[in-house]
Amino acid sequence: MLKKLFMLIVAGFLLASCAATKTEQGGDADAASSSASSSSGGEITAGTQEDLIVNVGDRVFFEFDSSELTVDAQATLDAQAAWLMQYPDTNITVEGHADERGTREYNLALGDKRAFSVYSYLAQSGIDTNRMEYVSWGKERPEVIGSDETAYSQNRRGVTLVSN
Amino acid sequence: MIKKILVILFFSLSANAALDVTISQGKVEPTPIAITQIFGEDSETARYGNTLRQIINNNLTNSGLFYTVNEDLYIQSDNLVEKVPRFEDWKLIKAQFLLSADVSKTDKGIRLRMRLYDVFNRKEIEKLQLTIPDEDLIRRVGHTVSDIVYERITGETGYFDTRIVYVSEIGPLDQRVKRLAIMDQDGHLDSHQFLTDGKNLVLTPRFAPNNQIITYMEYKNNLPRVYIYNLKTGEREIVGDFPGMTFAPRFSPDSQSVIMSFSDPNTANSELYLMDLNTRSLSRLTNDSGIDTSPSFSPNGEKIVFNSDRGGSPQLFIMDKNGDNIRRISKGRGTYGNPVWSPRGDLIAFTKLTQGNFHIGVMDTNGNNERVIVRDFALESPAWSPNGRYLIFHRQKRSNLDGTGGEVTINFIDITGYNERIIPTPLDGSDPAWSPLL
Repeated sequence: MLKKLFMLIVAGFLLASCAATKTEQGGDADAASSSASSSSGGEITAGTQEDLIVNVGDRVFFEFDSSELTVDAQATLDAQAAWLMQYPDTNITVEGHADERGTREYNLALGDKRAFSVYSYLAQSGIDTNRMEYVSWGKERPEVIGSDETAYSQNRRGVTLVSN
Repeated sequence: MIKKILVILFFSLSANAALDVTISQGKVEPTPIAITQIFGEDSETARYGNTLRQIINNNLTNSGLFYTVNEDLYIQSDNLVEKVPRFEDWKLIKAQFLLSADVSKTDKGIRLRMRLYDVFNRKEIEKLQLTIPDEDLIRRVGHTVSDIVYERITGETGYFDTRIVYVSEIGPLDQRVKRLAIMDQDGHLDSHQFLTDGKNLVLTPRFAPNNQIITYMEYKNNLPRVYIYNLKTGEREIVGDFPGMTFAPRFSPDSQSVIMSFSDPNTANSELYLMDLNTRSLSRLTNDSGIDTSPSFSPNGEKIVFNSDRGGSPQLFIMDKNGDNIRRISKGRGTYGNPVWSPRGDLIAFTKLTQGNFHIGVMDTNGNNERVIVRDFALESPAWSPNGRYLIFHRQKRSNLDGTGGEVTINFIDITGYNERIIPTPLDGSDPAWSPLL
């Protein structure tokens, strides 16, 4: 898993720098992003949310009732930190989410702790906190609808969103 | 308003009526009552009479403490407001109590006259006359009469002239649109009103004990903060200027303060704070690295029960109103949340998650005598009726990968565990909270 992630990350950097060059040359952000939205192997504008999703990974996952970063999560965040270093004008909002197996209010608190775990890991990795905000959505915005562990494991997440 | 009218026009003539409710092993045998037609003098007043009769009938039946004797059995069909009933006729069809009323128009507005009779003891036990300026208050008259009958016969405080604020839900479960909404306790559509437009996510409304204000959480500009909403003026106002998330608000019993969780943006740790709404002064009540949330005051304002994972998993704790003497009260297996102190002061309702199911139950205020009232896949947000006899909560169905399922309803249940029913809402509903008596 870790190895796979790492390879993805390396591939991501290559793609990202490639795309960055193209954007600079083309100078048409709209055209670049619309071509990026065509799915397979299309051009992705460097430094965008899509770049982050495809080439780095925009999210980390948590264990039940936990806001601790797993080893996998830390690897993803190392890559996010490197990516954020590469695009110093990019600001982000980190969203913390919970699965539906907790009360609404407890999960708001838990989502906040999860978002903060991501936020503070990135801060410790050298990302200026002026570039980052975080917010909890508790169990209000599941990524996957469903009342089973498959859905829950995808919903216990911290998501990094490019905000500018 | 009605209260004023009542004070002026209420004539109660009666000796003490005995508490006439049979309780055997927690299950209540409903008391049979006959409700005559509510007579009008023309088609308009007859229509008011029909509406009132329906409201009273529904209220009493839904309480689980009454059943209405089938009208087809009635032997006597007169207006019994000014006429002594033939008690034998009513006794024969096993009506223990008898309600009769009429509606007429006077120069002051719409007038209702009501008589309540104890059939077995052959006497009038309640007499009421009230006048309202226009038909907008008809539903409240129905609820008020229901409360009087309920109180007279059961000896308990009524709860019908009350409202429920809740979160109305619609749309896909991953992009749910949530609006604050308010309705009479019976959920009647004529009383239903949306309070917010659905643009921002809103959660967890609670009434002030003085009833004109609610507090709730809203994601305004994607910033989750606690607000208060004045139902009289429609004004909305943020509670405090906090640099991080505020959530889980409730009023203090005197309605002068709001207790809530504040998540410190430098640690993301939730602590309980009390904000005085007049002076805007803030006091911190908890100080622990665990999550502290879902506070609820005892009705005398001396204690606070809350939810904390300071011991490793979410459990229930009690403390003094200033934050001293924190001790855990939940004792069972599983994790606990959502504690709500009963308005009678004697019980705490809670949510518990164990063995894959949510449970709503009650326990003594020291955590003893825990009792599960209802168990299902997803139950949450218990709230007490103002008389402490019933709970409302929400019940949600499982959802599926294809986006179906997840329907959520507001349900009502007697704390004996009997008489559960759905309170109708135009859309899905969650996070219900009950107003005090109006």
